[in-house]
Amino acid sequence: MAICDFAPLPGPSAAEKRAEIGWFAAVDLLEYQGKQLFARHGVPVPRGEVADNVEAAVEATDRIGYPCVIKAQVQIGGRGKAGGIKVAENREQAKEHADAILGMDIRGPRGEGPFTVHQVWIEGASEIEAEYYASIILDRSAKKLMTMLSTMGGMNVEEIAEKDPDALVKRHVEPKDGFGEAEAAALAADAGVAEDAREKTAAMLVKLYEAFNDSDATLIEVNPLVVTKDRDVIALDSKVTIDNSALFRHDELAELEDRTGEDPQEQMAKEKGLTYVKLDGDIGILGNGAGLCMSTLDVVAQAGGKPANFLDAGGGSKAEAIVDALEVITSDERVVAILFNIFGGITRCDEIAKGIIEASGQIEIGVPFVVRLDGTNSEEGLALLADADLPNLHVEKTMLGGAEKVVELAKAGATA
Amino acid sequence: MSIIVGDDTTLVISGLTGREGTFHGLRNRDYGTDVVAGVTPKKGGQDVDGIPVFDTIKEAVDERGANTSMIFVPARFAAAAIHEAIDAGIGTVIAITEHIPVHDMLDVYWKAREAGVRLVGPNCPGVLSPEKANVGIIPAQFFDQGSIGVVSKSGTLTYQIGNELKQAGLGNSTIVGIGGDPIVGSDFIDVLTLFEEDDETELIVMVGEIGGDAEERAAEFIAESVGKPVVAYIAGFTAPPGKQMGHAGAIISGSSGTAEAKKEALEAKGVRVGKSPTETAQLAVETIGAKA
Repeated sequence: MAICDFAPLPGPSAAEKRAEIGWFAAVDLLEYQGKQLFARHGVPVPRGEVADNVEAAVEATDRIGYPCVIKAQVQIGGRGKAGGIKVAENREQAKEHADAILGMDIRGPRGEGPFTVHQVWIEGASEIEAEYYASIILDRSAKKLMTMLSTMGGMNVEEIAEKDPDALVKRHVEPKDGFGEAEAAALAADAGVAEDAREKTAAMLVKLYEAFNDSDATLIEVNPLVVTKDRDVIALDSKVTIDNSALFRHDELAELEDRTGEDPQEQMAKEKGLTYVKLDGDIGILGNGAGLCMSTLDVVAQAGGKPANFLDAGGGSKAEAIVDALEVITSDERVVAILFNIFGGITRCDEIAKGIIEASGQIEIGVPFVVRLDGTNSEEGLALLADADLPNLHVEKTMLGGAEKVVELAKAGATA
Repeated sequence: MSIIVGDDTTLVISGLTGREGTFHGLRNRDYGTDVVAGVTPKKGGQDVDGIPVFDTIKEAVDERGANTSMIFVPARFAAAAIHEAIDAGIGTVIAITEHIPVHDMLDVYWKAREAGVRLVGPNCPGVLSPEKANVGIIPAQFFDQGSIGVVSKSGTLTYQIGNELKQAGLGNSTIVGIGGDPIVGSDFIDVLTLFEEDDETELIVMVGEIGGDAEERAAEFIAESVGKPVVAYIAGFTAPPGKQMGHAGAIISGSSGTAEAKKEALEAKGVRVGKSPTETAQLAVETIGAKA
């Protein structure tokens, strides 16, 4: 089995510029990016190439040889079932599959997405004798890393656990001991890995553990981890999640582009460094702090409205961030009314008010706008708003009052 | 009594000389917190409005008797500051800084546990015991002294609920922001344990949000070990489902981490869960009223 070697990753430190994404603060690697990470740590992976158009894909399959596998590169599971992974026996099939897969929309098992396929990964087909499952994950409850191994790979781990709980061996990594050869060998033996594949499996687990720590991962999952006819052990798939907060020290991951922000508002928010998630309603929302922002969505929904987005202005928001936020929200044509729900702690309400006044001078806010300001410097903020006497602006004292008002205005706006 | 911070607190602030550190540090002092020192490397000998600044936390402990430290330094230096506080013999560390890498927090977490140091946060608003001490960024004007303990993953949501309680004429023993990061020094169970033992606390309000299984584990703990009434609020019912790459997370926690699952877990153990911050405050008022 040929083991791939990759060119070094290009690019400057995009990691530094990456926008923070609040409560899902993690970056998922595409399969091939995960395999590149594995390869850098000596984990055996099939030789392969990435392509973003049909012509390049066919050139790649010719180089790799047939049969080969063409795999959609999207940050979501369930690609196989969605038709995103195909085997090509020859050039015609390769062209046909690449054509079908590139550009297709794939939804996750829970309806996430859709994720559009912009790249395919092409690798030589492996002669598989056994499929295992391996993972390392941060166990938030135990505050430890957890390693898992099963000889029932191929299916997802929830199915394994359901079918035969004993077939999934789980071990915490004790902070004092770490995870070395001895721990890996014990895990492989306990999971019932075939004896002639045990040493190589254990060696791979140790390398995966090193990759996990070196890259600040919170999840590495290999499913399947396969034993080939030649009794080689290779990682045939990769799922890797990296802690967003640690990206500043990972220039080698700089080329990773988050493909979730293709929506115009999400793109715009990302450029401005705001935490924005698009939802399917028509009420633009801004809150400060992820918890209050989520709670604002909940109360707007309870009042009968449909939020158009989640937008967390974050702690210590300044006027400039508010101008940016209003630009993003008003650029969304679906929005018929806006609610700002601010309770100031580190955020100062006078800064928020200044931002609102500044923004109304720069951009046209053509929809009714409800503001609720409470907390640090709220009196100053409310006084500024009162002086400015902006058209379309409604000040509400409470969160529930703000939610009810914005829903009322949205309904009036939608029927107008 | 109160928990974690109180009349005995002598505070050293790492990052006092920074813009936000100065703003909130002075607010904490103005509230009445005994802020004895600030720490910024290479700025020893300076002062911030009369608060002496040292190069190290050790000096602040030796010369000013600091027993509690607040971490207000940028994320990439914050874990080192927590290590420094633990090594200097500080008993309580409250970390406000957000975006500390989770791998750094794993190390810090176990070091604090082994040293017997109480760590709160990171990425939290801090701890406020009304009329006694405020350590962090919680706007104290929205909280009166009283008998309700609050423990929360979210900052702004906590102020919201505290404000509702105040308007209903109720006050707090202590408000603890534990932070919503994957690894926090103190979780719901740690703080529930302290409130259960605290004489001043008669009722506990717990504020959770989607993600992880801390609320589910707290529900089990409440059923087994908490005699005081608990009311809860969970945020994130309309949050979009996070995309899931692997399935390993669901396997280890046995929970989907959704707001609905958390609400059900709590209600199954007899904890009343409010639909909004306002309703949660009302439930607390009703429960306290019924008890009196």
